[in-house]
Amino acid sequence: MNEFHFMGCIEIKELLGKRADDEQELLELIEEVPVDSIYYHTHSYFLRHYYISGEYPNDFANWAAIQVRDRVLGERLADVTASGGKTIEDIRSEFIEIIDSHLSQLKTVPAVVYGQPFYFMQSHIIEVPTGVSVANLAEFVEALKTTDASAIYNHVFEARLRDRLGRSDFALWIEQVLGRKELADKFEMIDSYMYSLEALRIKLLDLCQGELHG
Amino acid sequence: MDNMVSLQSYREVTPPGSVDLIYHLAERLKNRTLLHVNSTRLGGGVAEMLLRLVPFFNELEIPTRWEIIEGTPLFYQTTKSFHNALQGQAQLITSQMYEEYIKVNKKNARKISFDADFTVIHDPQPAGFIYKKPRKAKWLWRCHIDISRPQRKVWNFLKEYVSRYDGAIFSLPNFAQKLSIPQFLMYPSIDPLSDKNRELTEEEINGVLTQYAIPRDKPIILQVSRFDRFKDPLGVIEAYRIVKKYNACRLILAGGSATDDPEGLQVLHDVQEAARQDEDIIILDLPPDANSVINALQRAATVILQKSTKEGFGLTVAEAMWKGKPVIGGAVGGITVQIVYGRTGFTVNSVEGCAYRIRYLLNNQEAAARIGENAKEYTRRNFLITRHLSDYLALMVFFLQG
Repeated sequence: MNEFHFMGCIEIKELLGKRADDEQELLELIEEVPVDSIYYHTHSYFLRHYYISGEYPNDFANWAAIQVRDRVLGERLADVTASGGKTIEDIRSEFIEIIDSHLSQLKTVPAVVYGQPFYFMQSHIIEVPTGVSVANLAEFVEALKTTDASAIYNHVFEARLRDRLGRSDFALWIEQVLGRKELADKFEMIDSYMYSLEALRIKLLDLCQGELHG
Repeated sequence: MDNMVSLQSYREVTPPGSVDLIYHLAERLKNRTLLHVNSTRLGGGVAEMLLRLVPFFNELEIPTRWEIIEGTPLFYQTTKSFHNALQGQAQLITSQMYEEYIKVNKKNARKISFDADFTVIHDPQPAGFIYKKPRKAKWLWRCHIDISRPQRKVWNFLKEYVSRYDGAIFSLPNFAQKLSIPQFLMYPSIDPLSDKNRELTEEEINGVLTQYAIPRDKPIILQVSRFDRFKDPLGVIEAYRIVKKYNACRLILAGGSATDDPEGLQVLHDVQEAARQDEDIIILDLPPDANSVINALQRAATVILQKSTKEGFGLTVAEAMWKGKPVIGGAVGGITVQIVYGRTGFTVNSVEGCAYRIRYLLNNQEAAARIGENAKEYTRRNFLITRHLSDYLALMVFFLQG
């Protein structure tokens, strides 16, 4: 039987030396930065806040709402996620469309006055084995309880987006190896953008416990 | 000071699985060699950090050496001026000073073996060693200071060296510069097992309070920082006075003022003047090694402030958060990275804002406890030395992978 190997990850944060002081600059830089930068600000966000999730689930939305104090743009940008099989390039296009449309309705460009500029970064993810492998659902549950939270990030967000698997590693293994399609589908139904990694851990564990004892 | 603490000891205080991750990551670097170079083995945050990190690397079977650059009085005067100029202060640096910098770097470089696979050069003092870089080795320049607005002439001089490294590491995004090499972000860290941060018993805490004649009859508002205008101790007293109209409390301003820093002594004097005739304000001028005292004060406090108006990273915030305390900080520098507004503390922009948040925390004990708990967990995940170690390891693996 194929075992599931829990793999954690560590993020290297690279500074791009590019900053936006207003929403027009933000738009222009979102257009030009590498795709790994869009990824950093929309997904590895969770890796940096794996205990506490911020107000909105991406850096662009939080910056507009908190630093520029443009709640409207913040709310609109917060709604952009990769759910539904979107790629990071799809997300980039959505951000551009939203900011462009928002700015076209304004007479002046909202800018940072008291807040901080937006600094663009990009992420490089280094995958690291945790040394834990499991062969059945009961073992999976035990491992999930104690694994480093970065493994949850790696098998959920990284697997779906960077590795372009469309589904999380967890769901794929549970369906293909354990043959528990219903549980795998429940995993995929979780709106993971609404949870910190620790909260996601609890949610996944609840579903597994339901399967084992329900 | 327990300098030789094993990495294993950190399992109890770090997130589950994180120490295992470090061991597995280090396996990819086994027997690769590492060299750290800075300007001192004693005193200052960099030396304190290396004192812990270097034994960890060796424990992970990554043979690691730590060398220092030794200079002349003129060299130290020059690098001190570099430091100030890079932090934005106007400095006069003569051609003789630049020549001394080059001369001392060359002389020291002859004494040090640069055969390591990876070399990390800390801060400007030894940056000139780059000319000794072997072709296959990877060299990183680790800048610990705030160079967001450097004096151009000095930065242009240093940039000649820095541009030859394989990468540069900064502590905050706004410290990044226009450079042709990759630039990385690495937050500083605190050591949870050091005297300043380790768990204390109630008895130890009470012992310190008794020693400094601090009663525990009222909630304690605390700020720990040098007596420096940018830490705004006078603003802290103003905020306390507003709070005092509504709530009983005691303010402690604990810090040091270097005897060779006339401005620091003046600030201390101004603070003492402002606090006169209020027996609920306690000013402690502590020696630099009063780590256990600071630890006890932080653990005894109800609310901790870091009301800076200018700040580098501001690790005193992480130290306070690690003790599970709600922290109110100025919305500047690295304080905004550590405090997630409303969740791990509050950032404020004025005396009034500071006073309001103190009152809020004093009167909402459940919220204060929740924020303190969040703050501790946030620090556990983001600002402990084990995370710092894994950042270095990951960067080395990154360069190894090409």
